[in-house]
Amino acid sequence: MSAPRQQVLHLWLSSPALDSNVIGWAFYDGTAGVGPVPEGDPPYPNGLAALVDGWYLLQVSPLWPASPGQERETSFLNHEFVFTRVLGHPT
Amino acid sequence: MDWIDATLDPQMLLTTDQMASFVARGFLRMDAVVPGDINDQAMEELPRLFRAWLHEFAPSLAAKPDDEDGVVIPSSGTVLVDAYAPDSAFGRLVRVPAVAGAIASLVGTNPIVDHQFVHLKTAGDLTAQGLHADAIIDPTMAFDIQLFWFPHDVAPKAGGTRFVPGSHLRRVNMDAVARYQHLVGDEYFAGKAGTVIIFHQGLWHAGAPNNSSTLRVMGKLRLNPTEPQVRLWNTSDVDERTDATDHIFARTHQSNTGALLRGGEPWYEPGSHRLEIVNRARLWRYLTDDPTFDIDWYLTRTEQRVELDRKATSR
Repeated sequence: MSAPRQQVLHLWLSSPALDSNVIGWAFYDGTAGVGPVPEGDPPYPNGLAALVDGWYLLQVSPLWPASPGQERETSFLNHEFVFTRVLGHPT
Repeated sequence: MDWIDATLDPQMLLTTDQMASFVARGFLRMDAVVPGDINDQAMEELPRLFRAWLHEFAPSLAAKPDDEDGVVIPSSGTVLVDAYAPDSAFGRLVRVPAVAGAIASLVGTNPIVDHQFVHLKTAGDLTAQGLHADAIIDPTMAFDIQLFWFPHDVAPKAGGTRFVPGSHLRRVNMDAVARYQHLVGDEYFAGKAGTVIIFHQGLWHAGAPNNSSTLRVMGKLRLNPTEPQVRLWNTSDVDERTDATDHIFARTHQSNTGALLRGGEPWYEPGSHRLEIVNRARLWRYLTDDPTFDIDWYLTRTEQRVELDRKATSR
């Protein structure tokens, strides 16, 4: 692999704290299988462990106040953390 | 019709424990509940039903099946008792006493067919469908059910449907949850021939990769209730097990329905778990026609305060 390629890892955590437990995850591989693939089920016990392993934190879901009348509804997972790492080097 | 028989025999209706589990987790699993000869018939009929649908949907893709027996696709809104010939595969499925009892308990004795669909997952098809809830976002308390019927043994990783326990009360629209490739505690069906899993309409699920060398066949049947879903199951013990003061931080008893209704799932955020408990309590109120029911005092304390607010502002 010569050109840089991005891998993206989504971790959904049990709270807004980066060191809270992983409850869901998704992986998208811009290297088309050439790069390393996160292993484990889940791949990290918490978000901080992903940082320790070299992932860069790209985005954190904001904390929105509940809409009036919707305070007790549930829908999506609230605490999404998006990580990335770039593999390979320009020739 | 067998539906009436089912309601007359409390043994065929769901128990309070089963109903509470359905409310908490969004599904009811009945392993190997369908006899082998009906499953064998389904393995022959269901693929033809799929081709019949494909012929109607896109005639250029599939010829009309030669043999019409058992390939009748009911129109949406057909009363279930009239939707299928009693000797057809689906007709026999809904007349299996335990299945009929579960249907009667959840959507009454006179449901209508929303639609059926046959899902075929070919050998070696490694496509993972995106996680979704069927149809569209739906805010009603009343709910449809969907029967997922696996008429043959499904080994692990052989295309058994992925589903997420406890996701059914989340308000999401169709595949807006497709990004969730993995959730802690999600399940992939594997089990014996004749297993039926009944889903609440909102349960998140997805077609899963089939790593096996055999076709995976699954028949899905969505039913709409035509009556309020109030006390349709075997409710002989529900009143004695209902205690609106059952509160995990105060007095609680494991035989109360609250013990089942407050259960968590590994993928829940702790804060959302409490909201799930509230929404389950609301659903249990609907099912039992008991507007005072509560779990862990969440609804009661705020309803009391709402009443205080109302009195203060009316002075």
